[in-house]
Amino acid sequence: MGGAVSGRTTGFSNPVERIDPSTPVGDTVTATTCYMCACRCGIRVHVKDGRLRYIEGNPDHPVNRGVLCGKGSAGIMQHYSPARLSKPLLRSGPRGSGDFKEIEWEEALGIAAGWLRNIRATDPKKLAFFTGRDQSQSFTGWWAKQFGTPNFAAHGGFCSVNMAAAGLYSVGGSFWEFGDPDWDRAKYFVMFGVAEDHDSNPIKTGLAKLKARGAKFVSVNPVQTGYSAIADEFLGIRPGTDGLFVLALVHELLRTDRIDLDFLVRYTNAAWLVTEAPGTAAHGLFVRDAQGRPLAWDRERGEAIDAATPGMAPQVAGEVHLPDGRTARPVFHLLAERYLDGAYAPDSVADRCGIPAGTIRRIAREMAAVAFDDPIVLDQPWTDASGRRHETMLGRPVAMHAMRGISAHSNGFHTCRAIHLLQMLLGAVDTPGSWRYKSPFPRPIPPGALPVGKGAQPNTPMPGMALGFPRGPEDLLIEDDGSAVRIDKAFTWDAPLALHGLMQTVIANAHAGDPYKIDTLFMYMANMAWNSAMNPGDAARMLTDKDPATGEYVIPHVIYADAFSSEMVAHADLVFPDTTYLERWDCISLLDRPIGSPEGPADSIRQPVLPPDRDVRPFQDVLLDLGARLGLPGFVAEDGKPAYRDYADYIVNHQRGPGIGPLAGFRGADGTAAGVGAPNPDQLQRYIENGAFWAHHHPPEALYYKHANAAYLAEAKALGLIGSTAQIVLQLYSEPLQKFRLAAEGHGPVQPPDTHRDRVRRAFDPLPIWYPPLEQGSGPQAAYPLFAITQRPMAMYHSWHSQNAWLRQIYGANRLYMHRGTARALGIADDDWVWAISRTGRVKCQVKLMEGVNPDTVWTWNAIGKRSGAWALSPDAPESTKGFLLNHVITEFLPERGGVRHANADPVTGQAAWYDLRVRIEKAEAPGETLPRPATLPRPSGQPPAPGILRFGAPAADPAPTQAAE
Amino acid sequence: MTAIPQPGAKRLGLVIDLDTCVGCHACAVNCKEWNTSGHAAPLTDFQPYAAQQDGVWLNRVHTYEAGTSDGGNGVTSRTVHFPRSCLHCAEPACVTVCPTGASYKRAEDGIVLVNADICIGCKLCSWACPYGAREFDADQGVMRKCTLCIDRIYNETIPEKERVPACVKTCPAQARHFGDLGDPESAVSILVAERGGFDLMPEMGYRPTNKYLPPRQRKPAAAPPAEAPPTPDGGNKLLRWIDRALSR
Repeated sequence: MGGAVSGRTTGFSNPVERIDPSTPVGDTVTATTCYMCACRCGIRVHVKDGRLRYIEGNPDHPVNRGVLCGKGSAGIMQHYSPARLSKPLLRSGPRGSGDFKEIEWEEALGIAAGWLRNIRATDPKKLAFFTGRDQSQSFTGWWAKQFGTPNFAAHGGFCSVNMAAAGLYSVGGSFWEFGDPDWDRAKYFVMFGVAEDHDSNPIKTGLAKLKARGAKFVSVNPVQTGYSAIADEFLGIRPGTDGLFVLALVHELLRTDRIDLDFLVRYTNAAWLVTEAPGTAAHGLFVRDAQGRPLAWDRERGEAIDAATPGMAPQVAGEVHLPDGRTARPVFHLLAERYLDGAYAPDSVADRCGIPAGTIRRIAREMAAVAFDDPIVLDQPWTDASGRRHETMLGRPVAMHAMRGISAHSNGFHTCRAIHLLQMLLGAVDTPGSWRYKSPFPRPIPPGALPVGKGAQPNTPMPGMALGFPRGPEDLLIEDDGSAVRIDKAFTWDAPLALHGLMQTVIANAHAGDPYKIDTLFMYMANMAWNSAMNPGDAARMLTDKDPATGEYVIPHVIYADAFSSEMVAHADLVFPDTTYLERWDCISLLDRPIGSPEGPADSIRQPVLPPDRDVRPFQDVLLDLGARLGLPGFVAEDGKPAYRDYADYIVNHQRGPGIGPLAGFRGADGTAAGVGAPNPDQLQRYIENGAFWAHHHPPEALYYKHANAAYLAEAKALGLIGSTAQIVLQLYSEPLQKFRLAAEGHGPVQPPDTHRDRVRRAFDPLPIWYPPLEQGSGPQAAYPLFAITQRPMAMYHSWHSQNAWLRQIYGANRLYMHRGTARALGIADDDWVWAISRTGRVKCQVKLMEGVNPDTVWTWNAIGKRSGAWALSPDAPESTKGFLLNHVITEFLPERGGVRHANADPVTGQAAWYDLRVRIEKAEAPGETLPRPATLPRPSGQPPAPGILRFGAPAADPAPTQAAE
Repeated sequence: MTAIPQPGAKRLGLVIDLDTCVGCHACAVNCKEWNTSGHAAPLTDFQPYAAQQDGVWLNRVHTYEAGTSDGGNGVTSRTVHFPRSCLHCAEPACVTVCPTGASYKRAEDGIVLVNADICIGCKLCSWACPYGAREFDADQGVMRKCTLCIDRIYNETIPEKERVPACVKTCPAQARHFGDLGDPESAVSILVAERGGFDLMPEMGYRPTNKYLPPRQRKPAAAPPAEAPPTPDGGNKLLRWIDRALSR
């Protein structure tokens, strides 16, 4: 055939095939929340004949409005994965061998309780309890608190803490999943370093809206895939230089005086006076009155007064002499002076960023043109926090979003601060058309709670939750002898603002006994022996290492909870099998990581769709059980019996404070209270009736300027989101950072050791700075000329998905992508096998050449590579033979210098610096398979054989898919 | 040979927007998920947990690069994501070549279907289709293809506004639209007219019903205002703000 078909042949008559229009999709449909990634979309799950029929987006759900991504659509294959664990496992061979015997739950819980009871009675900090992509952190954190260990965190330290910390210390909110571009109104949108991060569906939907409205979309990213592919302008920046690019934009806006000074003096600390007294303990701190209120200079009164005084005439530049003889300068003066410096001029940064100076100048002009020449004025009266009524809402419709490409560098904290600085200068924070806070943000800067961890005592809860927000050196978690309180050294001089902990250092520190040895490593849903480890080879070695003197494992006990046979399972002594996300209760809580939107707070639940068909238990039920066995306060009732029947019971009846519980909706005896109210026994039923979520909408006058909007602040306080209705003043200049710097300069009772002084002084600049990623300062660069980064494929978020029968047909192995011109210069052709060599190791892989990538950058898909035998994949699966992890050439630590070995992390937050990696590429002689290739793991006992053919959905009585082996 | 019925007025099909498709594969996976238990059930997977994993899909997304680039400055290459499925042609050669009548085009809405009960798996139709839009299930011995979710779009048990193909309902980037392309007043026809929707390989003469919308013109660098004069060198660069009258 071929060519045009002309005429209509005669032949068979049309067959009649009956399509029954009245066949329901399934027997039941259940609304719940997806967990195929961390975005928490609402789903409707159809079940037919007791089996999953179809999972679709819930059209009513505030996160995804009915759409569902490729991951979420593959939930059926996750649920029926042959990699599911089916029974508690007790190690029967050497650790790491993967040899286990199945045991009963009673025995498993008894063993764990025995270990934990002993730790709690002697030295509770010898329990290190770390969870991965845990969506129950307010619960798991509370368990750790009641146990009495300071050693708790989730995976944020190697994910996004730079974004959280920079945002929370600058604007009281953050990018990541806690802020949204105003998709409906933005006219200019800049996306920095986003590689399929949160929120995945809302970003896609939002981009479509922007493009339909004709807004311009600029993507700043080394790689032109995914979102960058549909950008109006792609800026292929060199990794780790975004901060320099942004500060050059700042330079241009200042140079051309295209900034929103009205916004700055009303909503930021631009006019606050900063003490000028070099060499003293007051230098760089705000000038305050006796009540501690920051002061600004009033030009009309000719004196320094409370900077919050409505209608004052603030001086924003020039030196001010105070009556007491002190000299001070406004914040704006300091920042303008800094960024007007030629070092930040586009011509100075262009080569380093890989973006021409003319382009940088043009982007700055475009932003200013949209913000100031084409603003949005909403006909919406509102009242500000000073009580002034405004007849309209003024919007600067330049929106921004940033995520991992910023976050995963050791300069990420300051780079993210620089982006927030840019937003503030444009007056583009929570205004119509700009970036907006998602509820429950904004919060006070920094938020209230301090980290807690000192003084752990046997059989005693900690006085507060482990993670918090230091305001200065006195809030660090350092023992009197200078050693770290926490096993991960969070909140020490290594990482003072480690708001999310440093999960990536736990195994190495525990192995080294630095700061101390632990007894039990207890982890949940975190593949720390593989793709979540900065060096999986080392992690596996440290987990299996024995003390030669005693013959015992250096880390004596490892407990792990997971639903699937991940690489980490093989490195545990005791394994608790978790359920899939369709077999459990969960709450996506305002106490943790809720699903709020710019329109208001929201939270949601998961409910069981199917009963488990294996001997598995939801991990949260297991923690409740362990808590009761250990007699943890709050986990046992007065009669000594468990306080909660199960996690569902906890979700409804637990109160963190009076009237505040895991779920904010349908509270109170009659279910009408929002935010604060007595527990409602019917609460879960009300959520189910409402589609498994609850959402509250602020009134129109409260939807923008939330940091200074009286109606918003009042309602947020009434809902329990914030503790005060005071204006949240955005912090261009960060005084907490200056306090750490002063300590490094020799002031105050808590000072860094001499080994850390210089590093802390440099890193804790109160204004955003740029410095080369630390890894790049650690050795000769010529030997490792290329940046090496990873991205997440949109259809496969992370390691959970290589087991997924459908998704692994899309991404079953990963290549190392590099620019065609770069490859040509190295004599490398498409499909060649190469070595990617870093200062610490090398990995063998196959290249794929492309055009749309920064020529100095190589990249690959993250977490496709699997250890042979893990995840119920056959040993010859391409995930292990052709797939690879760049992690093998990354390390947790920078080279030792002056007796100190710093983490390969941001010096402010401890964020793992995954993307600082530098490599050189050499052609490999022999093609074939990726290396390194650790030994094949055995299948866990009890795991059924994976089918050779899958006829899921076949009519008639086909066997269940996991048994359909051929 | 199978006859094509006299064409009706109604031509149901898809409009796929290459401007907003980010290549996320949501449409492909959701299609697989719906249809593996639907009219075309099952969509078999082979070696699902081993090497050479493969399966039957009714919709696939391909990613291409067009042009060359220095990778940053003055980029000229583009990355294009291209979803591919049956186009429900007005002149479907896959139908006319079918020796059993299994491959057929519906008169009432123009949807091209395969009746698996009488498909003999000869694959003539897949050879005839220039778009590669049919996939053979070697296990079931039959040809599979996009049904336009015929078991959704007419399904009275599904809320009316959700009676669209699974790929359309699930697309996060709003890059897929469904409707009657035989009706010039339909939303999809208007969209095609407004955005310059085009046929794939029109020279083949199959007159595909599905249309693709081209990427919108990239926003040119906005005509910027004349560059503001630079700050005078020397002197106090902050001078202009020192006497600025502002009110908090």
